[in-house]
Amino acid sequence: MTATTAPTYIGTRVARKEDARLITGDGTFTDDVTLPGMAYLTLVRSPHAHARIRRIDTEAAKKEPRVVAVFTGKDLEATGMLPVFINVPSMNGSKHMPIATDKARYAGDAVAAVVADSRDAAKRAADLIAVDYEPLPVVVDATKALEPGAPLVHEELGSNLVFTYPVKGGDIDKAFKDAEVKVTQRIVNQRLIPNAMEPRAVTAKFEAGELTLWSSTQIPHFVQLIAALNLGLGQNKVRVIAPEVGGGFGSKLQVYAEELLVGYLAKTLRRPVKWTEDRREGYLATIHGRDHVSDVEIAAKKDGTILGLRVRTVANVGAYLQAFAPAIPTILHVFIVPGPYRIPAFDYEMRGAYTNTTPVDAYRGAGRPEAVYLIERVVDRLADEIGMDPAEVRRKNFIPADAFPFNTISGITYDSGNYEPALDRALAMADYKGFEKRRAEAKTRGKYRGIGISSYVEICGLAPSKANAALGVGWGGYESARIRVHATGTVQVFTGTSPHGQSHETSWAQIAADALGISPNDIEVRHGDTFESPGMGVGTFGSRSLAVGGIAVHKAAVKVREKVVQIGAHILEASPADVVVEGGKVFVKGVPDKAKSFGDISMAAYLANNLPDGMEPGLEATVYYDPPNFTFPFGTHIAEVEIDGETGSVEIVKYSACDDCGRQINPMIVEGQLHGGITQGIGQALYEGAVYDSNGQLLSGSMMEYHVPRADDVPAFDLESTVTLTGTNALGVKGIGEAGTIGSTPAAGNAVMDALSPLGIKHIDMPLTPEKLWRAIRAAGEGRR
Amino acid sequence: MPHAVAVTVNGTSYSREIEPTLLLVEYLRETLGLTGTHVGCDTSQCGACTVLVDGRATKSCTMLAVQADGADVITVEGLAKNGELHPIQRAFAKEHGLQCGFCTPGLMITAVDFLARNASPSDAEIRHAIAGNLCRCTGYHNIVNAIRSASAEMRQTAGAQPKVAAEVKR
Repeated sequence: MTATTAPTYIGTRVARKEDARLITGDGTFTDDVTLPGMAYLTLVRSPHAHARIRRIDTEAAKKEPRVVAVFTGKDLEATGMLPVFINVPSMNGSKHMPIATDKARYAGDAVAAVVADSRDAAKRAADLIAVDYEPLPVVVDATKALEPGAPLVHEELGSNLVFTYPVKGGDIDKAFKDAEVKVTQRIVNQRLIPNAMEPRAVTAKFEAGELTLWSSTQIPHFVQLIAALNLGLGQNKVRVIAPEVGGGFGSKLQVYAEELLVGYLAKTLRRPVKWTEDRREGYLATIHGRDHVSDVEIAAKKDGTILGLRVRTVANVGAYLQAFAPAIPTILHVFIVPGPYRIPAFDYEMRGAYTNTTPVDAYRGAGRPEAVYLIERVVDRLADEIGMDPAEVRRKNFIPADAFPFNTISGITYDSGNYEPALDRALAMADYKGFEKRRAEAKTRGKYRGIGISSYVEICGLAPSKANAALGVGWGGYESARIRVHATGTVQVFTGTSPHGQSHETSWAQIAADALGISPNDIEVRHGDTFESPGMGVGTFGSRSLAVGGIAVHKAAVKVREKVVQIGAHILEASPADVVVEGGKVFVKGVPDKAKSFGDISMAAYLANNLPDGMEPGLEATVYYDPPNFTFPFGTHIAEVEIDGETGSVEIVKYSACDDCGRQINPMIVEGQLHGGITQGIGQALYEGAVYDSNGQLLSGSMMEYHVPRADDVPAFDLESTVTLTGTNALGVKGIGEAGTIGSTPAAGNAVMDALSPLGIKHIDMPLTPEKLWRAIRAAGEGRR
Repeated sequence: MPHAVAVTVNGTSYSREIEPTLLLVEYLRETLGLTGTHVGCDTSQCGACTVLVDGRATKSCTMLAVQADGADVITVEGLAKNGELHPIQRAFAKEHGLQCGFCTPGLMITAVDFLARNASPSDAEIRHAIAGNLCRCTGYHNIVNAIRSASAEMRQTAGAQPKVAAEVKR
């Protein structure tokens, strides 16, 4: 650590600063913002997954009472295109307008807009808009979309292929030639619907040449940037505010059509405009996640040594490329597939495909859950094939602790790691040794009991800006922080991160408090307002906030501290080396009774009549921190399940996890992130899945058909941690936002498959619903007939 | 045709002329400006809009405001009394039972009704009781801890306030 004193608040369970307003109803979410004279936007969305728009008749809608204006796509082309921030090699980018003009490419694609004095009036008018559609052939399945003759989602591209992304290392042919055992498995990582509890919402007003736009977003600065560029406003005239944001999980990591539309309409109509998503609308029009189909082959020796891994995957990107979509199945997926294992040969080809479905982009973990599920399922299949304990196959192939920094076969460098202690701890927590006895006991009750392990490594701390550029990411990966100490000693931290549940107000205050020698209670952390922030914030996604944004806060606080020391030394007539800053006091080492208060020093900084020669008045520091490398958190999760042979239903009877995110700023918050992440990952393993019919209709179209885990679907979680500091940043922190989701899906999936392995069942695709398991159990000749 | 409706919300009586199609949640959020109650879905699945209607947890998106005529409604804004937080509010903060906070008002209200009927619940009973309230952030682990912790505190102070329902109904 750069701070000279030992941490006081870092590492402790400081109560959250966010809670006071959120438990009393005082928090303001975007839909809570209501302004005088507000008009309401409703979008008309295509019921067809693929249809040419022949004609749109808006006359009846325009005559409805209280309607302000009705627009088609052509009327709104001035909003410009929706951005894609990624350009991977060979990419076939799509044109994406906020409102489709030529044809609808998925069910839910917006085709017209209504603005009215009330939500109800807007909706009534929207129902009166008559669109003459010419339905076109539909392609839903990504693999079929790449076959010759498939309907083209974007005719001008000549193909539905978005990109081909190959990553190779080692001699894959030799690996398979030398193999004593090969396992081939098709792995489907099904499409998910993010389901942040707060539906998206946008509110905007345009006054005195200035657009203020409230949005439920994870990236207010990118919304500001694109709104300014697209709407022809100076960036200084666009203020984007992400107030309370009710969860994101990647689904609000976009510049969405509705943000540009609401901004444009507020500016054009000269009155405040609001749009709030219905949940069912959100299921169609907010991005989905995952949706990979992979063919995996693993080559190994009979003793469990992995020799090589060959993967061919098709990723369904949906009808359009969204902001970060091309990065998810490539940069954030392919490189991490080897996981914690030393794999000598690797051959991965990822292809992306357009289909007539809702666009797919980042959903919690974003590429990494797909990677870890893939490798962890295949490692279990290998263990089954050679009759070896899955824990021992993992141990045998782990990158040894003394091999770091380790260059992976996929071409990245893990700076640090120590995988065996986390595995051992998780095995002990799960009483892995005693499992077979529990399996036998469960059998006597008609239950199939299984245990599943998942050992993961993930990439966080996105990202060094030069690495971003080399990988095709069109923006830097830094983060910003400004710390302002007022004359009276009150402290504000302005961060470029944009939390939506991650507790940055608390953690950043802890970080700044330790550097400034004051209490977190005396520090206010502000975020999500582009007119308050240092100028550019990259935002909150990819478990990056602490390892990049938290470090920016630390560095800014250290700068302020250095100035406090200088001023203190001057006033106390001592050498800066002898000045101590702690407990809200500034004093000469050994003379605490002659201390000045932190406020005395800040006041001196602004009175400015007794400062060291040449020192600028004021007490403030701004830092843009660009990380030198990614971070690589890791851990092992173990799920134990019982399956009812009569119904196929799964109960998770025990869940143990040992995660290593480096130094923990606030263990309470770390655990909270894990609990939620694990539950989302279990959701994918057991319950969740977006289902389309062959016409491109989303059958899982509401919370009635799509199973978001409920409190009685999941157990309490048993969590422990190891601490392997990264040397990449000053605090040794790595990130924990997605680890739970990444670790839990394969643990739960492997546990279910282990439970059914005595029946000879090798693999069932997720979600592992009672119906699927019931059928599989019966097909295996078991259960009641 | 607007209807005259009188509802007591958080101890204050309101009389308004409202459309018969207005949902209770819209009445609370838009007519009265009490935005602490949230709307998370349109199919009565998520529970974010849960309020107490005559002491019972009710999804306010499934009830018309006219149906609440004469009712006593408590929202998240009415949980604290005389500036002192309700035990369920303190427990959610103490146990880190919230992250983004969007589902929190509905979950706290559901818990208040539940604890009024079951002062000493098991974890399984708590999980069953809140199964109508979705949370995507916490994985429910700390919400269960919070409700258990609140129940313990409320039992301790039960001598002073024998009925929890009385506290929330006022």
